Amino acid sequence: MSEAAIDAREGITTESRSFGRQARDRFRRHRLAMVALVVLALLTLSFIVGPWLSPYAFSDQDFTALNQGPSLAHPFGTDPIGRDLMVRTFIGGRYSLRIALLIALLTTAIGTVIGAVSGYFGGVVGAVVDQLINLFLVVPALIILIVLAARYGSGPNAIAVVIALLSWPLIARIVRGSFLQSREQEFVLAARAAGASTVRIMFRHILPNVFGPIVVNATLLIGIAIILESTLGFLGLGVRPPVPTLGNLIAEAKGALQTKPSAALIPGGFIVAITLCANFIGDGLRDALDPTARRS
Amino acid sequence: MTAPLLEVEDLRVTFGTDDGDVRAVQGLSFTVSEGETLAVVGESGSGKTVAALAIMRLLPRYARIEGSIRFRGTSLLDLDDDGMRGLQGDDLAMVFQDPMTALNPVITVGDQIVEAIRTHRDVTEAAARDRAAELLDLVGIPEPRRRLDSYPHEFSGGMRQRAMIAMAISNDPKLLIADEPTTALDVTVQAQVMEVIRRVQEATGTAVMLVTHDLGLVAGTADRIQVMYGGRLFESGDTDTVFYGSRNPYTLGLMASIPSAVGRTAHRLEPIPGSPPSLINLPEGCVFGPRCAFATDACRSEPELRVVDAATGHATRCHRADELPALIAARAAPREAGA
Repeated sequence: MSEAAIDAREGITTESRSFGRQARDRFRRHRLAMVALVVLALLTLSFIVGPWLSPYAFSDQDFTALNQGPSLAHPFGTDPIGRDLMVRTFIGGRYSLRIALLIALLTTAIGTVIGAVSGYFGGVVGAVVDQLINLFLVVPALIILIVLAARYGSGPNAIAVVIALLSWPLIARIVRGSFLQSREQEFVLAARAAGASTVRIMFRHILPNVFGPIVVNATLLIGIAIILESTLGFLGLGVRPPVPTLGNLIAEAKGALQTKPSAALIPGGFIVAITLCANFIGDGLRDALDPTARRS
Repeated sequence: MTAPLLEVEDLRVTFGTDDGDVRAVQGLSFTVSEGETLAVVGESGSGKTVAALAIMRLLPRYARIEGSIRFRGTSLLDLDDDGMRGLQGDDLAMVFQDPMTALNPVITVGDQIVEAIRTHRDVTEAAARDRAAELLDLVGIPEPRRRLDSYPHEFSGGMRQRAMIAMAISNDPKLLIADEPTTALDVTVQAQVMEVIRRVQEATGTAVMLVTHDLGLVAGTADRIQVMYGGRLFESGDTDTVFYGSRNPYTLGLMASIPSAVGRTAHRLEPIPGSPPSLINLPEGCVFGPRCAFATDACRSEPELRVVDAATGHATRCHRADELPALIAARAAPREAGA
């Protein structure tokens, strides 16, 4: 038996701890997830504070330093028109992260509501939503995104909304499954016997019980969203320049991959770091929120 | 006699399945009066829980429910969902079998009771909390105010069932349906929970419909007993009549299978042979016939429920009800002689 399991068991018998508290304690013992959380926090902090501390603005051009590699004055180097890549990377990270969070939030919200409705009601509603989910899952999201981006242009928010509208089935399927399972539980019957309304049963009684998988998948979505946004940026279909995102930065650097790989590798490294952190945190949350871990 | 609180008439519940129709309840009629305790006793599959859920309108939508259920004159089967919700948890409340799963694990006990109150009463959060603490105190949970903030997993099984009862009675129901409220609990805790139900009844004057498979459990609690088998009512009467003057082989079988706590049981406990009938393929004639020690050719036709004593309302469903006391005496005599 793992140390966490022993502690979790003792938590039940010895001390009064809520589920949230137990989950937090279990998460804290998940070393990789804690490291990932700290790294992600530091990254976020640098994205917020970095540009503010930098002597350059992200669109300032320094014609004395064009297309340079890393140096003391420009730690990440400069681009072909003399803009400081460090401040551009931080600002890019800011946009990318903001878009990714927005995507995760919107996707989770849409997916949760649709999944909850179809899972709770089942029957015809459930079957229709189920087919809709299957349909959306086979639609090649990237191609649709390319078409939509070309048609409607691309502010950061517009991109996020479009991606969310295409990726909600990922969450909806999970929530639907959880609701199907939970609606058969006796506490749902008890809530009905107490006269609770359907909406109340769905969102106050069942939703908190399936919170674990939702949070985990929302976290994992951040990783997916960062990559998706970067892919669009790289293809030149993401957020329009001059606004930098991590994907845009790599796209801008692709002309000089041979001579100055750092310009692509640095934002690429940030993408990898954020994605990894999101996945590790997701794993930690999965373990912490797993109801079976409490009883094993 | 005043009009009964609950009148069930010719209730039929059928579930369509791939293997055929499951006739869970077949022509069940009974009443519950204000303030009385009615015990509904039967094995698994006798239809007792389905009947209880039908009254609460908690059966799944694919269940076909026929007949009539009138609660204080209102036909429950004709109410729309909103109208029914107004009664559920208010005048009509229910306690479930397994307190481990019937309380929501992620909401504090206090919040669950507060919610039950505020669903039906327009009171402030603080007032509802005060009331919740009173209720926990009434059902015998120590330090009720502190316990409001506990989660269900911090309660023992018995405490959870007490909390369930507190929640069910939070709006002073007129009828409390308790579906096997003690089955999931230890024997010692069972007695405590029955005591709580009795105390609650005294405090609130609610009628109780106690659904159980344990005839012994209801002896001290129930005013009337109603025995069900195969979706049918087999015998009903006041508690003493059913215990000491049963006119039904199935009821007698149930009683023969209760161990006695007084002295040593002189002879082996007698199980009822066989198992309850499939509700898809019910036996021809008397549904208990294949398991009955007294079955004769007459039992190939289904007996009607008939009143054997109009004064007490004692009714039974058995062709041989009148001969039964003599038959029992004849069977018991050789055993006593041998012992």
